[in-house]
Amino acid sequence: MINRDYLGCKSEVREITVEQGQLKLFAKAIGETNPIYFDEAAAKRAGHKDIVAPPTFGSCLKLLAPQEKPTYEELGLDFKKLLHGEEKIEYFLPIHAGDKLTLVTEISDIYDKKGGALEFIVRVTDIRNEKEQLVQKITGIGVMRHGGGNG
Amino acid sequence: MVDVNLDTLEVGDALPSFDFGKISRHTLALYCGGSGDHNPIHVDIDFAKSAGYDDVFVHGMLPMALLGRLLTQWTDQENIKSFGVRFSAITQVNDQVTAFATVREKIEEEGEQRLVLDIETQTQNGVKTLKGEAVIAIHQK
Repeated sequence: MINRDYLGCKSEVREITVEQGQLKLFAKAIGETNPIYFDEAAAKRAGHKDIVAPPTFGSCLKLLAPQEKPTYEELGLDFKKLLHGEEKIEYFLPIHAGDKLTLVTEISDIYDKKGGALEFIVRVTDIRNEKEQLVQKITGIGVMRHGGGNG
Repeated sequence: MVDVNLDTLEVGDALPSFDFGKISRHTLALYCGGSGDHNPIHVDIDFAKSAGYDDVFVHGMLPMALLGRLLTQWTDQENIKSFGVRFSAITQVNDQVTAFATVREKIEEEGEQRLVLDIETQTQNGVKTLKGEAVIAIHQK
């Protein structure tokens, strides 16, 4: 069961520097062909200050940043039962290699359906830059399936 | 970049799709490292079987990244205002994934023209794995 004591809980401020090598590996994984996403010189020629983080990379920062409190274990989230339900990203400012960012995640909702067979956890993460400006707001919904098996 | 004149699109128009091809086990390994999502269920078949699955399966965020590639093949990334999906079915390893977008609505917001797009990914069997929407501003550089 997801521990509902954490409803409304906000994580500490997590700091992360966007690493160029991480962006290059991410670009390779998704088969990116536009060099602004993996070649610093090409990104600069196109008017960017460094390699550009692709649209969904902000979601990766949630996992790449130091582990948040409460942890998955404390929340009662189990990789064997956990699926990703939804993800929504709102964009305010671009992310580039070298950016120093902070993340704060709030657990905004925990609920269940089908008599508790499915449990949902909604987490909203604000990503801010060094000037405290909002860069991205990401809403993710995780689903714990208490049935198991292929679905 | 695929040349599309977003100005002339009408509601119901389909944008050029994006075909990623097959998502191999190798791709899942690269994505595990590249994304920071180290959940073993996507790369360790022993773990996946212990969780009741027949095989590893694709990180949902990987086809979402392919939807991102769909969008950035015809617009600059700065024009994307929001981008959201629901993961409606699991993408299986070795599925061939294609991403699609259709114009749902044309709106004016914050003083600019924007398109609301219905977006989705489909496998070779026609299974819709991700469905959602993206809002993009129309002012091509």
